Order: sequence, then structure tokens, then C-alpha cells
Amino acid sequence: MNFWSFVSQNKFEIADLTLEHLWMVGAATLFAIAIGIPLGILITRKPGLRKPVIAAANIVQTIPSLALFGFLLPAPWIGDRAGRLAVLALTLYALLPLIRNTCTGIKGVDRAVVEAARGMGLTDWQLLYKVELPLAASVILAGVRVAVVISIGLATIAAAIGAGGLGELIFRGLAMVNNDVILAGAIPAALMALTADTLLGWLEKRLSPPRAA
Amino acid sequence: MAVIEFRDVSYHLPDGRAILRNLNLAVHRGEILVLLGRSGSGKTTALKLVNRLLDTPHGELRVDGRSVREWDVIKLRRHIGYAIQEVGLFPHFTVERNIGLVPTIENWPKEKIARRFEELIKLVGLSADVASRYPHQLSGGQRQRVGVARALAADPPILLMDEPFGALDPLTRTDLQREFLSLQQKLQKTVLFVTHDLREAMLLGSRIALLEEGKLVSLSSREEFLASPDPLVKKYVEAFGTAVEWSERGTP
Repeated sequence: MNFWSFVSQNKFEIADLTLEHLWMVGAATLFAIAIGIPLGILITRKPGLRKPVIAAANIVQTIPSLALFGFLLPAPWIGDRAGRLAVLALTLYALLPLIRNTCTGIKGVDRAVVEAARGMGLTDWQLLYKVELPLAASVILAGVRVAVVISIGLATIAAAIGAGGLGELIFRGLAMVNNDVILAGAIPAALMALTADTLLGWLEKRLSPPRAA
Repeated sequence: MAVIEFRDVSYHLPDGRAILRNLNLAVHRGEILVLLGRSGSGKTTALKLVNRLLDTPHGELRVDGRSVREWDVIKLRRHIGYAIQEVGLFPHFTVERNIGLVPTIENWPKEKIARRFEELIKLVGLSADVASRYPHQLSGGQRQRVGVARALAADPPILLMDEPFGALDPLTRTDLQREFLSLQQKLQKTVLFVTHDLREAMLLGSRIALLEEGKLVSLSSREEFLASPDPLVKKYVEAFGTAVEWSERGTP
């Protein structure tokens, strides 16, 4: 049995697993954005929090993914369903690039622009949403892009705890010592990562502030 | 009448270094008071205390008779126009939106903002077709003109200017200085103007205050300044050569 015949015989399963994969990554990315961007903003306002927050996100990043999935198993409610658990773990991994890029993006806004904005009487909130966030948008989006690409790769490991996704085919192929089955999981995952990277890269360029000529 | 008044104002860095020492100074309605001094003399710090970009820890600083500490800081800043050397135009806004930002957040009606824009853009010597351009599409002189227009947008009675023409080429700088002077004759704002350039001080200042190491060395009219026997003033005047063309403004 070659690769193409395996794919055509199992196209519905592969499509299902791809959707499952996308769902995990999508949900985790949304959670990570909802937590990471506000945290990133917070640490530009309270510099004292910067080191501990970044350090915590860094530590999470260093935990081997398989171990993290395992650690989270006993968590109440979350541990009941493998899908929830996978989303939580992926969210944790995606936090670092989001927090770091939000912070870097905002701190990278030209000091003269910020000073002029404050000098003319913008409130802290107006400064944030009229000036800092629009000017930091492309850097923040670069963080989202990194987070998404990492998540797509990591989500394959979630199959180890029964969360499904394209990793399922990879693990099955490993057990069967069948490269075609591995590829049927790995290729769609790689394509997904490439597509996401290209789309977000395009968006990132569009959001870049006009540059000096 | 004093619009801005420093009473015994001192400012220290967190490490204890004194930037301003017991500054006493009053800026009167309608005048351009020039804060002159070399880098590190504390002139920019003094300026930023007025609109509370820095907070006054020691002494009292009053704007319109009220301590800046008692002012709502946002109201205070909208009461004062602010123009700096780097301009700090918003790169993601067009010229029109840059100038209209404060009127917009003050909820002016749209037509009024548009009318104000037309008025200001003429006032600073630009044509209305720059409206839709972005800051990076402007020359340095045009950018600074937009910066001045933006500072004037909500018609504040006070202007703080920190070397606004310092980064321009000499010809453009002279143009802008002269234009600003004639603008000021029309508008009669109360202006606190920071510069290290004696020529600029002589051209623009109603009075000149010389700062050195955070201390006020001398406060006088232009004529008195050039004739001052004070050694620090003399040194400053000499550094700019004897040919300071203060007379080019004509007799006031």
C-alpha cells in the first residue's frame, strides 16, 4: 500500500483529524491572545512585574511537552477530557511569544511619539489604543505567528494523551512502522503550519506602520 | 500677570543628582520666555514639569494661578500646547488626523474640526493638499510645521516648545523662526521656549532666562542680556561670537 492509496482510502478520517487539529490550535491561540496580550501590556505599565512574568512564561516553555501533558492530567475538569487538556497545554506554550512580543512592540514605539501623545493630553487608555497598539500591531502579530506555528507542531503530540488531531496518524504510523501513515499525518500538519505562516506573515506586513521614506 | 510660575522649584534624579535648584521664574501672559542653556542645564526638565511629564517634588509650580498638583493632569495638558524637536507625529495617522486628534478626543463636531484644520494648515504656511499625506511623506520643515499646528489645534493659551526648530537645516530653521514670530504676534500665546541657540533666543525671546547646572543665572530682556556683566552670560555670548544678529528682529 503506497502513500496515495492510504490517503484516498482514509480521506474522511484525515479530514476529521485535520479539523480536530485546527480546532485545538485555534482555541489555544485565542486563549493565548486573550491572556498574553493583556499581560504583555500590563508589564509595560508595571516594570516590576516584567521579569517574573517573562520568567514564568519562559519556564513553561522549557517543560518538555509530553511531560506537560502528563502533569496536567490530574487537573480537575480540565483532565476529564483530553481535548481540554491539550488546549490548555498549547495555550501555555503560546503565551511566551505573545507576552514578549506585545511588550517589545509597545516598548519599541518611538519615544518622541509617546511623549508627544502624553504631552498633548491623551489618557493612558487613549495612548494605548490610539497610538501604542496600532504601532505595535505588526510586532504583536509576529508573536501570534510564532505561537500558531509552534502550536501546530506541538498539537501532534497531544495525540499521546488521546486528544486526537493529526498526531494520531503519526503515532499510529510509528506503532505500525509504516512511513506512509506517518506522512499522512505529518504532511497535512506541515502544510497547515506553512499556510498559517504565510497568511499571518502577509497580515503582519499589512499592519506595519508606514516607514520613513 | 504670571501664567506660569516657578517658586523655589528643585528637581533631583533618583540617584540624588540635582537637575534644577531652587528655580524662581514667572512667564507673563503673551510673552515668549526663552530658557537658554547648554545640554544638561535643566531647561528641558523645567519645561516638562509644567505639563507634568515630570512631577514637581520640591517647591511650587503654578499654571494660571493654580498649583500643577491641583490640576487634573489631562486637563492641564490639553490647556498647554507641546512641541518638541523630534516632533513625534503619529506615523500611522495622516496629517489631518494628527492635527485633529485632540479636537477629536475633545468631541468637537466634525465640521468644526475640518474648519480648524483648514485654518491651522494655512496659519503654519502649508497648503491643504498635505491633509491626506503621512508624516514620512513630508520634509523635515513640513513635519515641524504640522507639529506646531498640532500643538495649536485646540487653541491652548499656553505653548511649551523644546527646541522645535533645532533639527532643521539653517535656512528652513530661519524661515520657521520668522513665521513663528509673526504667528505669535497674531495669537499672543504665553510661550515657554527652550533652546541652546543664542541666535534663536535673541530672535524669539521677549525675555531670556539663562540656566546653568540647574540654576537660574540671569533673567533679562534681550538687550540687557548681551550687555550683562555676568561671567557666565558673557561666556555664552562669546561662544556665539560677537556677531549675534539680534537686531534683525527690529526694535520691539
